[in-house]
Amino acid sequence: MTSNPFALQRIAHGLAAIIPILLALSTGASELTEAEQKGLDIALEARAKKDGFENFTASQVMVLRNKQGRESRRALRVKVMEVDADGDRSLFVFDEPRDVQGTAFLIHGHTDKPDDQWLYLPALKRVKRISSANRSGSFMGSEFAYEDMSPPEVERFTYRYLHDEPCGELTCTVVERFPVDGKSGYSRQVVWQDTEELRLWKVEYFDRKNAHLKTLTVDGYERYLDRYWQASNMNMVNHLTGKSTVLTWTDYQFQTDLAAMEFTQTGLRRAR
Amino acid sequence: MVRGIAGVGGQQTVTFGRVIALLLALTLCDPAAASGIAHVEFSGSLGVEARRFPESPAHPGQGSQPSSLVAMPSLYVESQTGWSFTLSPFYRFDGEDPRRTHADVHEAYALFLGEAGDAQWELRVGVDRVFWGVVESNNLVDIVNQIDLVEHPDEKSKLGQFMGHFTYAATWGVVELLGMPFHRQRTFPGRSGRLRFPWLVDADLATYESGAEERHVDVAARYSHTVGALDFGISAFDGTSREPFLIPAFRADGDIALAPHYRQIRQLGLDGQLTLGAWLLKLEAIQRSGMFNRLGREEPYSSFVLGGEYSFYSVFGSALDITVLTEWSYDDRGIRSTTKFENDLFLGARLAFNDVQGTELLVSTLQGADHDSRVFSAELNRRLADRWSLRLEAIALRELDPTDILYETRRDSFVEVGVVYSF
Repeated sequence: MTSNPFALQRIAHGLAAIIPILLALSTGASELTEAEQKGLDIALEARAKKDGFENFTASQVMVLRNKQGRESRRALRVKVMEVDADGDRSLFVFDEPRDVQGTAFLIHGHTDKPDDQWLYLPALKRVKRISSANRSGSFMGSEFAYEDMSPPEVERFTYRYLHDEPCGELTCTVVERFPVDGKSGYSRQVVWQDTEELRLWKVEYFDRKNAHLKTLTVDGYERYLDRYWQASNMNMVNHLTGKSTVLTWTDYQFQTDLAAMEFTQTGLRRAR
Repeated sequence: MVRGIAGVGGQQTVTFGRVIALLLALTLCDPAAASGIAHVEFSGSLGVEARRFPESPAHPGQGSQPSSLVAMPSLYVESQTGWSFTLSPFYRFDGEDPRRTHADVHEAYALFLGEAGDAQWELRVGVDRVFWGVVESNNLVDIVNQIDLVEHPDEKSKLGQFMGHFTYAATWGVVELLGMPFHRQRTFPGRSGRLRFPWLVDADLATYESGAEERHVDVAARYSHTVGALDFGISAFDGTSREPFLIPAFRADGDIALAPHYRQIRQLGLDGQLTLGAWLLKLEAIQRSGMFNRLGREEPYSSFVLGGEYSFYSVFGSALDITVLTEWSYDDRGIRSTTKFENDLFLGARLAFNDVQGTELLVSTLQGADHDSRVFSAELNRRLADRWSLRLEAIALRELDPTDILYETRRDSFVEVGVVYSF
């Protein structure tokens, strides 16, 4: 029997996620209700399915559309690296609009504290450490907020399972999640994931006043390395403004020869 | 000591030409490059600008309505073996001041990369620009590149510098070593240009403390690291000063001009930033020896900039972010200081509208703590279309004291409008 090289890592990740929760439980934190436990279990299982990808690169095109239908384009390339027992590291390099071409953005995600973020400005050849407190701000004028762009770490939310319901040909499990960070722009999100692969199909975002602010719909899933499901299209609609942003992913490549040092300030200066 | 008519500027252009030719030849000789170039990218911008100085000039010959064309193309070639070559020339045509009409090479370097266990090394050879520092108003530690002062009085535009730049990035931090064999002279406005002294600075009259003149090999090193919320750097420089000491002198034609004199200096620098939620706390400090003070005497000195910024996000439930900035610059030479930041307070606000056009407005003042002099500045950037953007700027100089280093520019408040096409 050949051992799966990812299995150990997956177990390690699972343990790393469960330990703080066990600790919280054993130290007398309020016990989770059945619905909360089930919601958390689904989130942990969804993460376990994503574990072990090591790294991937991809291209993104965003089409921003205002109420009158006027469009504006953003093009960027993304590199993501998995980190053991911490948040992922991501590197974004902008190609369009052309006036910000070459601008690059590095995120060291964390599960237990705010992310570290650096911005590279090519005109000045300057790397700036920037605040990650701006969770709710718009990413490049789009309907995606910064917090929608970073991977939703399990520890960033508390959960409540609602129910299962049919979604297309599949059955979806519907979970409510509540941001832990007080700086989040949302009071809650309702998430639809299919029961087979826990792929995300829809998210409804509710603002701090609990008004239904935005809806994200996701499709065009493809499987990579026989186990990682990635979406091609993400459509975010803002119900308050009538604006929308369609985010299209292409050129996914998994387990590339990306070095960890690409995700440093030195790498950021060189990013293309 | 006085240089010949050929001029340093001309010589530098020839040197740059040779260096670029050499690097291109190197690219073509690489067997991997000959067999296949992995990636080529051509990008850049073209811009038109118009400045208006509403007040009549203080010095004879100065104009009031310069217009400019600016070209900044950039070529990037990556070989299949992973090394790359970047070429970014710069050209400005100015309708009024022939000295502001100038070309430069901002970048012309080959980049080599390698790994050593968990660490990574990088070598850049050629003309490049290197930025060190964290503050917004007065980057004291940023010493590698010469200031291209004819570009903008804010001293943030830089000329390309020929260098060998080795970087070793490990888990315990980043070490950089630089060798810089050719010194670049600071640019200054010509007779028809504003923002200058009554006399012109004549680069042909430049003198150097070092017998090697502009061929003195300057060296610099920096260690930088990130520890949690803290990013910091410690740097050292030994070589030809970027800032000249200006001495009145007679030109061959009998006119009075200012002759730049470049000293040999040593500088130790420290920069650090603490990022705590919406707060950024910043420090830059230097200790420098070998420079002449304003009285023409050698005086070692220390200088620092201490400040911070705080951001208010999504103000009043809108998309607007407002960042408030404060920085205090201090130079222990006091009135003997040769810079405009002897003891000054910088206050500013950056408004990011987070709209599709990426609209940003920066307003600031620089106020002398020991006198009433004030510099107001406002800059607006906004995209007009995917490839077109607009820049508006206004600088007002107020209550400049005759002892202030900016006094001779007291009538040079201006507004500028620029349109840029990016490709």
